[in-house]
Amino acid sequence: MTSLSLRAALVSCLMFAVFVLAWHLATRGTGAVQQMDPEYAKLMGITATQGKSAMPGPLEIGAKLWEHLNRPFYDNGPNDKGLGIQLGYSIARVLTGYLLAVLVALPIGFLIGMSPLMSRALDPYIQILKPISPLAWMPLALYTIKDSSLSAIFVIFICSLWPMLINTAFGVAAVRREWLNVARTLEVGPIRRAFTIILPAAAPTILTGMRISIGIAWLVIVAAEMLVGGTGIGYFVWNEWNNLSITNVIVAIVTIGVVGMVLDQILARVTKLVTFPE
Amino acid sequence: MSSFDDPFDADRALNRGGCACGRHISQAEHERDAQIQCVAVESEEKRYEGVVASAVMRAMFPKDVARRAFLKGIGASTALAAISQFFPLKTATEAFAQGTGALEKKDLKVGFIPITCATPIIMAHPMGFYAKQGLNVEVVKTAGWAVIRDKTLNKEYDAAHMLAPMPIAITMGLGSQPIPFTVPAIENINGQGITLAIKHKDKRDPKDWKGMKFAIPFDYSIHNYLLRYYLAEHGLDPDTDVQLRAVPPPEMVANLRADNIDGFLAPDNICQRAIYDGVGFLHILSKEIWDGHPCCSFAASREFIATAPNSFAALTRAIVDATAYASKEENRKQIAAAIAPANYLNAPETVLEQVLTGTYADGLGNIKKDPKRVDFDPFPWQSFAVWMLTQMKRWGQVKGEVDYKGIAEQVYLATDMTKVMKEMGLTPPASTYKSFAVMGKTFDPAKPEEYIASFKIKKAA
Repeated sequence: MTSLSLRAALVSCLMFAVFVLAWHLATRGTGAVQQMDPEYAKLMGITATQGKSAMPGPLEIGAKLWEHLNRPFYDNGPNDKGLGIQLGYSIARVLTGYLLAVLVALPIGFLIGMSPLMSRALDPYIQILKPISPLAWMPLALYTIKDSSLSAIFVIFICSLWPMLINTAFGVAAVRREWLNVARTLEVGPIRRAFTIILPAAAPTILTGMRISIGIAWLVIVAAEMLVGGTGIGYFVWNEWNNLSITNVIVAIVTIGVVGMVLDQILARVTKLVTFPE
Repeated sequence: MSSFDDPFDADRALNRGGCACGRHISQAEHERDAQIQCVAVESEEKRYEGVVASAVMRAMFPKDVARRAFLKGIGASTALAAISQFFPLKTATEAFAQGTGALEKKDLKVGFIPITCATPIIMAHPMGFYAKQGLNVEVVKTAGWAVIRDKTLNKEYDAAHMLAPMPIAITMGLGSQPIPFTVPAIENINGQGITLAIKHKDKRDPKDWKGMKFAIPFDYSIHNYLLRYYLAEHGLDPDTDVQLRAVPPPEMVANLRADNIDGFLAPDNICQRAIYDGVGFLHILSKEIWDGHPCCSFAASREFIATAPNSFAALTRAIVDATAYASKEENRKQIAAAIAPANYLNAPETVLEQVLTGTYADGLGNIKKDPKRVDFDPFPWQSFAVWMLTQMKRWGQVKGEVDYKGIAEQVYLATDMTKVMKEMGLTPPASTYKSFAVMGKTFDPAKPEEYIASFKIKKAA
């Protein structure tokens, strides 16, 4: 087992090294250099004067990443904040929208799971609302809520709602008949039945839904923030794109990936805690 | 720039007039304060000091009899000196001199799009023009024109940087609900350009542009109207012969590099940025189409003016002040440095410098000089609004009867600007309409319908 994970790690590192090397070679800058009047060249960027590739190389990305890691919390006014602050804003938004979604999805999911009637009645709505893209909600949210940060939270909420709802309903509905029958023989009340039998039995499925949802919420926030602007990692990406600073955009992409992974891992751990052997 | 003879004259009046003495915003307030004193004094500093001193005196001696007795007993100047010992009159006076009426709202949010058109709005922050008016303004960068419109309509922003035709469109309910909007000041004139991809460097005649794809920043933009005008004058129908796409300015350079578009009529620093990155060249400056055209405006809703008239006035003064400063060529380098950081435009300083100073690389290996490449003049000519309305009608954005004068005068607050400029010691133009020429064709604001009828290529039915 250990030797397998060791070998896997080795292969991972090797792939990374090959990738970085290829990237470095590809962006070394071999574009045609024109002869330019030095006065004129002073007015032009290095892509034009030195034929440098518009795509930054891995060394530049590394240097930029180091720079951001060294001062993640600087604040130069409302439009220029450190990467740490921006991530903080994004995570706060994601968690708010996500927790709201949890508060709504779990009870409704329970209801749907316990009642075949409600399950059928609500099914068409869920099926229609589920595949709607977060960005399609955005103009509607901005127009009706009339507040951009609330709109962003609403979009997170609406997009992370469905996987949790569906999984909760499925988990609750799939509790084994025998267990419920045992509860009935022992004359367990409905509330006690819900909390001591159904909830633990459905917990792994519910948490899987929550895990899918947090991933979606994190996907959505970047897009939402790019649209409404102001703060957050999505705004950071947009602001740097504005300046055509691909280096910073890549740094942000890496950060987004790492944070998304951490969020996912947290829920994966929690899922492990509630999983039970049958 | 005749309107800006001396914007930094310390003696210019700060007050807006309105009452007999000119110190209060309304006659009612004048009367309420009349018991203090209302006499003309030589400098406003002195005058404020008088007002403040009287207020302090009144506060100390609520009973008039007691005050008179005190003054009689020791003499006025001694009394003033005595009071000054335990009440810092100087500080109180300074606080008072910030504006005429009390500001209803000090913390304001102003949205902007990161392009050089927003220069006055942006630079007023780092260079202290807002602070000078006693305002604490947060300038917030915004992702696009539709977003800035919605955020201003939502009242998240108190005022915003908008394309000059946008407040007209919002007021008329084009692309949004009709909400009365106003343009107290124009931000910049000129400062745009047609940029083409490098591969088109031999296609300088617009007649060869059939089938090309061009980007414009927004449907309700002067860019759209100028590009359509330019193409139509060269015999191309902008609706059928080429493709026009609304693309947010920051995405234009990326799109040009990716070969998604052939060119754009865009705001600067975007044009210069395309040159800087070696993906495009400047075909013409927008001033070659219409020298002195308005581009972006400083916009606020009627509601904001009604609920916070003093804050609005202070904000307008700050913008006029900043615009005046920006209109001076010798200040342009300093401004470029002030607005380049990530908190504002987030663009290379050389690019901004080339735009603002007008000494620039054209993308084809030449250095060109045109100090009027971009210029700043706040006066919202109502004839500008009429011209934009004619183009909206010409291209089918509005249909039917248009009340050109009515809308222009409702949205473009030229009369208010005249007042503000007078108060600031500047010389406003005598009229609010002026005639101008677009590509050599004279526009008479009194005859808009005839003007539209005179074009061969148009969409209006």
